[in-house]
Formats: sequence, C-alpha cells, structure tokens
Amino acid sequence: MDFIVCVKQVPDPEAPASAFKVDEAAMKLLPAPGIDPVINPFDAQAVEAALQLRDAAGQGAIRILSLGPESARDVVKQALAMGADEGYQLSDPAFDGGDGWTTALALTKAIEKIGVPDVILCGRQAADFDQGAVGSVVAELLDLPSVTVLRAVALEGEHIVASRVVADGFETVRLPAPCLLTISNEFGDPRYPQLRQIMQAARKQVTVWGPADLGLATDQVGAAGARVKMEALYQPKTETECEFIKADTAEAQADLLVRKLREAKIL
Amino acid sequence: MTSVLVIGEATSAETAGALAAITKELLGAAVRLSADLGGEVACALIGADLETPAKVAIAAGANTVYVADHVSLAQYQIETYLPIAAEIARRAAPTVILLGQTSMGRDLAPRLATRLDSAAAMDALDLAVAGDRVRVTRACYGGNARQVVSVLTDPQVITVRAKSQEPLSQDPGRTGAVEAIEVEVAKARATVTEKVTAEAEGVRLEDADIVVSGGRGLGAPEAFGDLERLAAILGAAVGASRAACDLGWYPPSQQVGLTGTVVSPNLYIAVAISGASQHMAGCSGSKNILAINKDPGANIFRFARFGLVDDYKKVLPALEEAFKKVMAKS
Ligand SMILES: Cc1cc2nc3c(=O)[nH]c(=O)nc-3n(C[C@H](O)[C@H](O)[C@H](O)COP(=O)(O)OP(=O)(O)OC[C@H]3O[C@@H](n4cnc5c(N)ncnc54)[C@H](O)[C@@H]3O)c2cc1C
Ligand SMILES: Nc1ncnc2c1ncn2[C@@H]1O[C@H](COP(=O)(O)O)[C@@H](O)[C@H]1O
Repeated sequence: MDFIVCVKQVPDPEAPASAFKVDEAAMKLLPAPGIDPVINPFDAQAVEAALQLRDAAGQGAIRILSLGPESARDVVKQALAMGADEGYQLSDPAFDGGDGWTTALALTKAIEKIGVPDVILCGRQAADFDQGAVGSVVAELLDLPSVTVLRAVALEGEHIVASRVVADGFETVRLPAPCLLTISNEFGDPRYPQLRQIMQAARKQVTVWGPADLGLATDQVGAAGARVKMEALYQPKTETECEFIKADTAEAQADLLVRKLREAKIL
Repeated sequence: MTSVLVIGEATSAETAGALAAITKELLGAAVRLSADLGGEVACALIGADLETPAKVAIAAGANTVYVADHVSLAQYQIETYLPIAAEIARRAAPTVILLGQTSMGRDLAPRLATRLDSAAAMDALDLAVAGDRVRVTRACYGGNARQVVSVLTDPQVITVRAKSQEPLSQDPGRTGAVEAIEVEVAKARATVTEKVTAEAEGVRLEDADIVVSGGRGLGAPEAFGDLERLAAILGAAVGASRAACDLGWYPPSQQVGLTGTVVSPNLYIAVAISGASQHMAGCSGSKNILAINKDPGANIFRFARFGLVDDYKKVLPALEEAFKKVMAKS
C-alpha cells in the first residue's frame, strides 16, 4: 500500500502572541526573530497516520510532497526522519503568491507524475491561513473519495476505516483505496525521529520540481493563477481593560465579583 | 436571476429535521448581499422530509427553494450531496454561494467550488460587497490576524461562521417558489457505517448564554466535576481547552477554539486557561470574559473584562456559594 503525504512549512503556531507581527502594507507576516518555521502540526500527524497504516498493511512506500520556498526542505526532511521513504519539493519563484487553488493544482500534477497512490494524506488545515481546503480540492481534481477531519484511521482488508470528527460526535466512514484523508489533532501526537533516522534523512535526496516539470504554464501557478485575492492583512485590536477583583478572603472576593457582574447586568 | 445561493442544512442531528439556525443566518446575509449585488436569493435543501424546512427557508428570506428530498439523503455524505449541490448551482447560476462553516460546509465547499471551476473562501466572519465581489473578512494565523479576501472567479463560494450573521425576523407572509429536484442518488464509494453522538448533556455549547471552560491548569480531570457543578447553578455549558481535551480530561466535542467549537456567550468563564491565540479564536467573540488564573501575566487577561488572580481551588468553592445565592434571588 503506497502513500503520499502533503506537508507544508508554516510559521510556528505555538509562538507567543507577542511575537506575532504583520506588515500591513506588504500584507505579509514578519518572521518572529529566533523562532523557526515548523512542519504544519496536522501534517506531522498525517505522516504519523501514513506510518501506522503502512505498518498495518505490512509494506508500502511513503512519499512526502511539499510546495514552498527552499527552506521547506526542512519539513520534508523531518517527515523522512519520521520514517517516510522519498521526498518531493515543488519550489520555484513562480509558485510565490499562490492560493489554495494553485497549491492544490500543483500538488495534483505532482501526484499524477509520481503516480496516484492508494492513500493521499493531508492535514485538516494549514496553521497559517487556516483554510482547510487544499486536501478536498486535490481529491476533487483527482476524482477520489475524501474524508476530512479524522481522529483515527485503520485498515480492514482492502478498505480504510476512518473516524471523522463532526460537531456532535464521531462518524465511522468506510471507503476503498484510492482515497484522500485529512487528519485532525485528535489523532494524537506524532512520533519523534531518532537521531539515527535524522542522520539518514539528511543524506536522502529530495527531488525538486518547478512548474514546467509539472506541465503547468506560468499563468497557472503562483499569484498569476490564484483565484482568491488577498485585499488586506492586519492584526485585530483585542485589548480590553481587565478589572482585577481583589479582597481579603475568597468569600469577600467572590461576593465582590458577583456584585460587579450584577452591576454590569451580566448576571 | 439568482445572485446568492445558500446551501442550507436541515438534516443534521443538531437540527432534528428543522431548518438549521446557521441557514437562517445565511439567508439573512444573502438578502443583504443581494440588495447590493442585484438579484434574488435561492436556497438549496438536500435531505429527507424537507417540506417544513422549505417553508421556513422562504419565511427566512429565500425567493426560491430547490429541494432534493429523498430518504437516502437523510444524512450528509459528500458523495451523494456534492453532485446534487452542483446541479442546483448550475440551475440557479448564482454569483455567490454561501455555506455554513459546519461539519458539512467545511467538507463540501472546497469540492463544490472546484467542481464549478471556481474557488472557496473559508470561515468568513464578515461579508461586504465591492462591485460584483464579496469581500470576506476571516481570521488567520491561529486567530492572531485577520485577512480580507475576495474570490476572483464565479461562483464565489464562501463558508460563513455560525452566529456571525443576523437572520431576518421570520416572516410567514413572505412568498417564494419551491422547486423539486429529481434526485438520482449517486452511488457512494465512502459510506458512513456508524454515528456516535458524544455531546455532553445539558446546554449546548454553541447556544449557551454562559460558558464555563477549564484548561490544563486544572491539574486533574476531577476538577471538571467542579466546573459542571458551577455550570449547573448558572445554567451554563461546560467547555475545555484543547490541552485539557488532549489529556483526555474532557470530550473533544466540548473543545473551544480554532479547531473546536466557536462560542460567543454573554459570559465566558475561563478557569486555568492561559489564553493561547488558538483558544481565543473560539471565544474572543464573547461579550464578557471572566478569567481565573494564578499567573497575573497570563494572556487571557488581555481579553478579560474581569480577572481573579488566584489558585482556582481557592476561588471556586466561594464562587459556587456566591453564585448560588444570587441565582436563588433572580
Ligand atoms: C494549529 C493549532 C490549533 C489549536 N487549536 C486549539 C483549539 O481549538 N482550542 C484550544 O484551546 N487550543 C488550541 N490549540 C492549542 C493552544 O495553542 C494551547 O496550547 C492551548 O490552548 C493551551 O491550553 P491551556 O490554556 O489549557 O493550557 P496552558 O497553556 O498550559 O495553560 C494553563 C494555565 O493554567 C494556569 N494555572 C495553572 N495552575 C493553576 C491553578 N491552580 N489555578 C489557576 N490557574 C492555574 C497557568 O497559569 C496557565 O495560564 C491549538 C494549537 C495549534 C498549534
Ligand atoms: N504548500 C503546500 N505543500 C504541501 N501541502 C500543502 C500545502 N498547502 C496545503 N497543503 C496540504 O493541505 C492541507 C490543508 O491546507 P489549507 O487548505 O491551506 O489549510 C495541509 O494540512 C497540507 O496537508
């Protein structure tokens, strides 16, 4: 059973809010000093899901695919160190300024070039723009069944059994390969690569493709091909003045708080 | 001419066969958008037993309701719903398609947009018309930033966050047409074999006027019992941070935040929650936040109207008594 996992490099979503700054004129996030970008956390979990499914199947290749700047090689290497077999990077200045559509189109062309595997895995959303769309668009372009926002996956003979998180609980979905799955945080922590694996991964070649390798014209990629246009990017002002409630005893403090809540007509 | 098509929901478990609140909100938004875009509002309903929801959709603002009513559509499945939604979209030929940012909408919208050779903008907080485009304001970077985007291709597919749009007041005097869609139910490759409802009892998180949430700082799952007691006194729902859910202390269905439920109660009581941006993404729309945290520097206090800097273990028993007294009076 073969797999392709799509992984994206994102600014560290766990960085403190105080380190977060945007350049409104350029509509760009300013890199937080001293905080490196990371593999999208849900994508690391998607790699973990592929590793577990391969273990269940007994054999198969796991290929990692990432569109991004040269630095995105780090997240491909990280996935290789976790136990994936081959890395592919879509990297070219022409990809800059793209959107979910151009990303999904390029990923789809790359998947077709590699060969559509039994299972394609994505994260539920990339922790930069939090869209949660690219996986589904890839599935639609490849006409594959898709199940999104999964907390667990298993093999049952030739079928994949997926547990989908929905608003009021969970759904079990059974589907045949080939298919596309997106993984959510409920899946659980991904494994940490061992030092030996990190060193092995460092030696692995990562194949790099540009638009021409994918049969894409320059107006089908990056800003030129984008269907969604960003008009503005800014930081919302959230500061409210917090009134700290203090009193000598816990009881007095609670009474004071309740009185304030009553006065403000909140209770 | 249809300018805005709303893909409605009437079959999900939470709506129990009624038209979903989110659909009424979307219809309200659609009526306002179509006033600027020029054109009518249509609503697509896919499911089973849709006669009443279709009437409600008209009263909520739809000029035309396209109804695909079939027993085998009782539950949302992407492979059976997608071809029907695409067929209705082709028939109505709108410039804008609105869906809720719900379990269904987030799954359906990107594939629907792609099938219609367009693109989707997800999880809108605000909508405004500029020319023939809808400008979508949405949160990004874990709630740390907002972006405004527009979809350049038609139809502009947009999912909209629950409670971000006002519904119209329900007017049974409104008239509209109901068009039945001949349903040929597609054979699904992926089939739903089981559904487990895992929602906590009592008030639903999304609807609660007061929410009491607990975080990792509670230190142990038992403390959620204390929060549940407090919630019962206040008629509140209980939520949790992702850290608390990941630890298995509380069910994931009660997670508040970016990847959990978005709540906007009148009062949000955050107990031992640090206030990470991804958590605030799910509760910063609350009218008032009361934070209880032993660290005066915790980020949550930047959003809170009232703060108690203390060990929650000391604060909660006294608070319980004080709330009991005041609730008995009111
Ligand atoms: C992509 C992504 C998506 C995410 N989505 C979500 C989401 O949807 N929802 C969510 O909640 N998180 C989400 N997170 C996680 C988020 O970043 C934080 O890690 C999480 O919210 C922290 O939970 P917490 O506040 O309970 O724990 P902590 O950050 O550990 O905070 C615990 C707090 O408890 C206080 N405390 C400790 N002991 C006591 C005591 N005895 N009395 C009073 N106070 C005490 C501490 O001072 C501290 O402020 C997401 C993260 C990522 C990367
Ligand atoms: N540039 C990219 N390279 C590889 N995979 C991506 C890229 N962008 C998005 N994805 C995949 O699609 C998922 C959803 O992304 P998004 O729709 O941007 O939120 C991510 O979790 C990744 O698995």
